[in-house]
Amino acid sequence: MSRQENSDRLGVLKTYKLYIDGKFPRTESGRYFKLKAADGKILANVCQGSRKDVRDAVTAARTAFAKWSRQTAYLRGQILYRVAEMLEGRRLQFTEELVEQGVTRDKAIAEVSESIDTLVYYAGWSDKYPQIFSAVNPVASSHFNFSMPEPTGVVCVLAPELPSLLGLVRAIAPVIIGGNTAVVLVSSKQPLSGITFGEVLHTSDLPSGVVNLVSGFRDELIKTMASHMDVNAILLCAEKDRVGDSVVVQEQAIENLKRVSVWKDIEANPYRIMEFQEIKTTWHPVGA
Amino acid sequence: MALKKKKTLSGGSVLKVKASVAPLNFGTQWQYVEALEGSDHVKIEPKYGLFIDGKFVEPHSKKYFDTINPANEKVLSKIAEADAHDVNLAVEAARRSYDNVWSKMSGKERGKYLFRIARIMQERARELAVVETLDGGKPIRESKSVDIPLAAAHFFYYAGWADKLEYAFSGRSPRPLGVAAQVIPWNFPLLMAAWKIAPALATGNTVVLKPAETTPLTALKLAEIFQEADLPPGVVNIITGFGATGAELVSHKGVNKVAFTGSTEVGKKINRAILGTDKRITLELGGKSAHLIFEDASIDQAVEGIVNGIFFNQGHVCCAGSRLLVQESVEKIVLRKLFDRMQTLAVGDPMDKNTDIGAINSHEQMKKIEGYIASGKTEGAKLFQTSCRLPSKGFWAKPTVLSEVAQSFRVVQEEIFGPVLTVQSFRTVEEGIEKANNTPYGLAGGVWTDKGSKIFSVSSHLRAGVVWANTYNKFDPTSPFGGYKESGMGREGGISGLLPYVQF
Repeated sequence: MSRQENSDRLGVLKTYKLYIDGKFPRTESGRYFKLKAADGKILANVCQGSRKDVRDAVTAARTAFAKWSRQTAYLRGQILYRVAEMLEGRRLQFTEELVEQGVTRDKAIAEVSESIDTLVYYAGWSDKYPQIFSAVNPVASSHFNFSMPEPTGVVCVLAPELPSLLGLVRAIAPVIIGGNTAVVLVSSKQPLSGITFGEVLHTSDLPSGVVNLVSGFRDELIKTMASHMDVNAILLCAEKDRVGDSVVVQEQAIENLKRVSVWKDIEANPYRIMEFQEIKTTWHPVGA
Repeated sequence: MALKKKKTLSGGSVLKVKASVAPLNFGTQWQYVEALEGSDHVKIEPKYGLFIDGKFVEPHSKKYFDTINPANEKVLSKIAEADAHDVNLAVEAARRSYDNVWSKMSGKERGKYLFRIARIMQERARELAVVETLDGGKPIRESKSVDIPLAAAHFFYYAGWADKLEYAFSGRSPRPLGVAAQVIPWNFPLLMAAWKIAPALATGNTVVLKPAETTPLTALKLAEIFQEADLPPGVVNIITGFGATGAELVSHKGVNKVAFTGSTEVGKKINRAILGTDKRITLELGGKSAHLIFEDASIDQAVEGIVNGIFFNQGHVCCAGSRLLVQESVEKIVLRKLFDRMQTLAVGDPMDKNTDIGAINSHEQMKKIEGYIASGKTEGAKLFQTSCRLPSKGFWAKPTVLSEVAQSFRVVQEEIFGPVLTVQSFRTVEEGIEKANNTPYGLAGGVWTDKGSKIFSVSSHLRAGVVWANTYNKFDPTSPFGGYKESGMGREGGISGLLPYVQF
């Protein structure tokens, strides 16, 4: 919320923390970095998340995966829609926060609107992408055979620096609507939107651990996220000034054959859901 | 089927043997009368060059290596060994034909070439089956009924996709990638070549394929078929050699796509070799697939499924049901019936139509299997092997079961790729699923129960790309195949099998 007070009341400042396993802990490392506005005013002491924070988040995500991956598509769709509702209710807060972090007001309003619309878009896909990407296969033997997508598992997400809110939403919505759970490193340039988004998720009936948000720096956490042996896939939102990231991610991912997605844009479409799905084929004999 | 007892012909009369009292001990008490597949009509050249730009050519190094029949260790032919120079020629030929011919051809015409290839393969099916069995050691019965018909069917299936690709990707326009480098294993040589080549060509890519060094012959026969079908030169190039040749191929700068089937270890190496490039990759790697037998299963059918799951193709199957998980209440009866059934397995000459289990593909693989059996015994497993007699020449392994194993045993965690089954028991459904998923692999799984709801529940909990319920080891061109976790990435077969070869 805006720190500018228009009365003589002293404002209550928010402590920006991490969002792990449905709770808002400080980083276990006790470290922070200062986020400043364009005019040099300090906006927040932001948690500088550590490798241990990432590992804790992966544990939470793995635990949450067991239930979230087996929820009905209908329920997942309703919960994502609920996230959109909660964000809609907090339009002003998110707009102000983006403005404080340096986004012009018009662009901030548009970014929040697009974020809400993205959530609605993917909420609607929940019970449709399996229909588009499944098949009953006409095998040349007396078997019933079908293929359908299943979530890959725990997905680490290196969210885009900018736009910080829309980029985050575009990255995590296709991951979680498909039944995966996520460990996300939010933008370090504009970390406040990502962290506040945790509050939206927390009030949306999204089970604990399905999305875990960590603030901090890519240089420090990229290897931990890409090499963790209990992570099944990694989404790297590429930054133009960090051309080495994709090789780092691909190299670290080899040991347990993580699925690697490198996005150069934040377009929204159902193929982005499928990047974090596995096709399972099941056979059964047909006969009396 | 004729049987003879102690070298005496039974004359085809019905045998009366009290099962479970006196099990049929084949190889000792009983033997089938030989029924050898003829090979007179099959011509194998004394030596084969590299198939580059539509012609068989001498390798740059002039080096050749032997390909042998693993059932008798006799040399079948001499095979060219490709080096970096040859790899470069093959990739350049593929690039030229991609730029000038194949990518410009309509899908309809591409499809007609693939249909032609499928039909010629069917015409030459018996020849291909015989060569496959001679070169690889698999039973002729399997080459004839599984490998060759499925390989032809795969071409026929993807032929039909070539002019219909826009229907496969809703809202998208697919385009080919360019030159595909494909490296395939020795367990299903021609079938793997078909799995790789057919979808690549249907989507408009050109190919450089490297078959395994122990089983190059059917891929070279396939090259003859490409010539016969008038496939434009360079659309498919087949280069033979060892691991070094494959490494040169996948890391060649002119390659846009890498597709590999083989071990997880080599798959990771290939992944490393292409780091920092824009090459797309598909990997079909190892497995340690669980085969779950529940107490409410049809036990006799399940036993047949277990046998087919692990002994099909000598267990040289990436999706082999190599970990048997039996519900405790039926463990005893399942094992007794399994051991009885295993005694009837005919192990021996792959060219004999009676043979169930043929030769192990290579001396190296035989040693690896023996090493694993020894490791299992050292770690405390109980060993059961059938009483069959093994031929004196060639490479062989007896059908083997290792019971009383723990989840941590190497034989439970690692892929053996031979006729070796481990047995564990479980009490609850949850325990069975937990054990099934407890390896780094995720290729396939089997479920046996007569309860439908349990099938859907268990199969959806298995973290594996293919689940066979009340059946096992079934394959079809329309049916996607591929692994979760460290069993690989990407799918082959079906509509999903197109995706690895296109961009949007």
